[in-house]
Amino acid sequence: MTVGVPELQAIADRVVAQAAPGEQVEAFVMRGGETAVRVYEGEVEHFVSAQSEGVGIRIIRDGRTGFAHAASLGEDAIAEVLAEARDNSAFGTPDDWAGLAVPDGVPQVPQKFWDDDLAAYPTGDKIEIAKALERLALAADPRVRVEDCNYDDDWGEVAVSTTTGIRESGRGNSCYVSVSTLADDGDETQTGFGFAVGDSPREFDLGKAAREAAERATRLLGAVKPPSKRTTVVLDPFVTSQFLSVVSSTLNGESVAKGRSLFAGRLGEAVANPMVTLVDDPTDARAYTATDIDGEGLAARRNVLIDGGTLRMFVHSSYSARRMGTSSTGNAVRGGYASSPGVGCLALQLVPGTLDQAALIAGIDEGVLVQSVSGMHSGVNPISGDFSTGASGMLIRNGAVAEPVREFTIASTLQRMLLDVAAIGGDVDWLPMRAAGMSLVIRDVTMSGS
Amino acid sequence: MLDAGRATGAEFAEVFVEDKRSTSAGLDDGRVEQVTSGRTRGAGIRVVAGETTGFAYTSDLSERGLVAAAQAAAAAARQGGGGVRAVALGPLVQHPVNDVRIDPREVAKIRKVELLQRADEAARAVDGAVVQVSAGYGDSVRQILVANSDGVLAADRQVRTLFRISVVANGDLGMQTGYESLGHTIGFEVFDDADVAELAERAARQALVKLKARPAPSGTLPVVIRQGTGGVLFHEACGHGLEADLVAKGASVYRGKVGELVASPLVTLIDDGSMGGEWGAIGIDDEGHPSQRNVLIQDGVLTDYMWDYLRARREGRAQSGNGRRESYADLPMVRMTNTFVTNGADDPDDIVRATDHGVYVAKLGGGQVDTASGDFVFGMVEAYLIEDGRITEPLREGNLIGNGPQVLRDIDMLGNDFAMGNPGTCGKDGQGVPVGDGQPTLRVKALTVGGTAA
Repeated sequence: MTVGVPELQAIADRVVAQAAPGEQVEAFVMRGGETAVRVYEGEVEHFVSAQSEGVGIRIIRDGRTGFAHAASLGEDAIAEVLAEARDNSAFGTPDDWAGLAVPDGVPQVPQKFWDDDLAAYPTGDKIEIAKALERLALAADPRVRVEDCNYDDDWGEVAVSTTTGIRESGRGNSCYVSVSTLADDGDETQTGFGFAVGDSPREFDLGKAAREAAERATRLLGAVKPPSKRTTVVLDPFVTSQFLSVVSSTLNGESVAKGRSLFAGRLGEAVANPMVTLVDDPTDARAYTATDIDGEGLAARRNVLIDGGTLRMFVHSSYSARRMGTSSTGNAVRGGYASSPGVGCLALQLVPGTLDQAALIAGIDEGVLVQSVSGMHSGVNPISGDFSTGASGMLIRNGAVAEPVREFTIASTLQRMLLDVAAIGGDVDWLPMRAAGMSLVIRDVTMSGS
Repeated sequence: MLDAGRATGAEFAEVFVEDKRSTSAGLDDGRVEQVTSGRTRGAGIRVVAGETTGFAYTSDLSERGLVAAAQAAAAAARQGGGGVRAVALGPLVQHPVNDVRIDPREVAKIRKVELLQRADEAARAVDGAVVQVSAGYGDSVRQILVANSDGVLAADRQVRTLFRISVVANGDLGMQTGYESLGHTIGFEVFDDADVAELAERAARQALVKLKARPAPSGTLPVVIRQGTGGVLFHEACGHGLEADLVAKGASVYRGKVGELVASPLVTLIDDGSMGGEWGAIGIDDEGHPSQRNVLIQDGVLTDYMWDYLRARREGRAQSGNGRRESYADLPMVRMTNTFVTNGADDPDDIVRATDHGVYVAKLGGGQVDTASGDFVFGMVEAYLIEDGRITEPLREGNLIGNGPQVLRDIDMLGNDFAMGNPGTCGKDGQGVPVGDGQPTLRVKALTVGGTAA
């Protein structure tokens, strides 16, 4: 990585040096900290300040994998983790493809992940930012109350070393603010949210976060349940981001290898409308989840998954690649020191169109603008492709936004939705999520209401 | 440490110490992929001054590490001045809700791995259309100790054991999935009563039946929900809305409604953390308060909310044993434990027979709620059409959507076949905690079914 962390790398190296003959050993070491401020009615409701650390060790021997982790970098803890991982490796089923990543010579794309300004930012100023955001949200509309308003930052240092020659370490920090709003009209209450991200708190656009939080809540006041029908939906950028994340799970190389992807065996086929080009590009510094290495320590890279509607590739870790007879695409993901790497996209984006949301809506006679969805985890099945989520938003009539609607669902299948994409917005929003957002128009979706 | 926490004149200080060991094993694609061991050990220190809570945590359990964290928490509460006040701790309170007969830490790992292989073989043996199986075993032993400046000193040892299996079947219309799980707050003896092979066969049959499923209807219909699978409906439709922290901020449709009729008179809703070996059972909550049985809705009338320390203190009332946190690195807040609706009088078969045209949900998935508007969704994982009072064709997956208060009023039949459901993880403000739910077979006279069929 760009900035090494010699102290953590040395800890990881010391673990790897204890590999017994015939063992592959990987040590993943982390240290980090967080500040969390929550403000309510002008006062600090809570203030959290803490540091944590941990280690995860993976051992592969004779094709059998064992893993152990602990929330400590103490010498005793590390020794126990190493012994447990070794013991655990005895119980795996031998797997010819099991193995750690091997350096592949792909160069990293240098990026800036550490901001000195954020690291030195005074605590009192962080509290003032949260208070200022709360005031702005309240001032945006008299019907708005604030449920909570938060400033959060964190920093982290990681190092990974393996017996196969991987040695990487680096550090990063990030910060964001968020506000949850309530808007009242008589007995009715609707909710909204807004947020802002930046390399440092000086970059926050608090005004935009407050405005969006107020608008999301107030514009749903008076919303009714719409009648059921097939219609055209316009997904708000925030919703598009969630949709892309679900789509990406069907392009996971491990799912393909294990027969769980509905796109298995369809490379080279048209799976989406020709205007759809889906890219996973963690080297794009604008992406919130941009990174220079993946979860195994290989260089992160730009991968074009769907190109002009044609399925071009699946994403792989070194394991899934070995199984499929190909090379890692730098898409190993890990949830921290307490889990071993899986496969996934790192920073998705659609190649954007040119129109903003208003211009897209202007071209639609009848439809619905979907402001938020719920139940993405309970009504969407990426294996069967069935897609059904709760939704709220605004009806579209004669090219303009009309009355608000809520308590309805939108449903189709993932396969059909990709083919039914009718327009892609140019309003790219680099959200603090795994996928960038933009407005997305999809035809022929079933809206279920009254 | 409590002294250090209060050294700056705070009103309340608390130390929460946790030592959790876990073992998990995963099988996928016919192979035991990995056995994992984990240990989480640390302390969270909370200091309350006025309306402000300061919080710090550390994995350094030496006296130096703990005092540093306590001072950080006190500084975070940002109160100046003050002095030291000695705290007299009461006797240690322990309130075990059940006995653990077989500590999973004493069970050889190979026996845990064998469960996975047994489930894999059983699922594949059901039908050649079963093309993929993954299974997971997990156990955890979580020891906690809570001490606070009110003199509370309490400890608990929470042992949980879990098994889950998911199956993929392939047919002419594409792939379908089946999922089953079991989890209890007891030890390895859970497998004396529950057969993982049977669980695997159920998951396989669920996937197989869906291979012939047709798209779910789109629109508003009567919905019958089978016993022991629909507790998530109440968890979302009203459970979260009865959490006192959300009520206090006016973010619940149930605010100001105590004493009012908020549900069909058929409905009595309980949250009970002291419920034997159920998945949400706890001896004490994560603030040291013993778990207890709380009646939330009695015969349709809202009787009480759920409370943690902070919210109860502000209202000058007792806690209800609902202050929970995911780990020592998290602040406690109001959470559910085991939430369930008690038995009604109807024969479950009569409920189906009384329904001309509707949907029968044999298994619900997860859900999500907006507590302020009351709108909530929950997924149907296994469902069938009801035609002329009979359960007929299987349906593809989808979400159901409703509004909490309306759905509670629309429950018009309640069975006499109460059962608890599957182990769940409830997420709130980024923290997950184990919860249980349960209910008898019931009917909601109108719910919106989010399918694609006309």
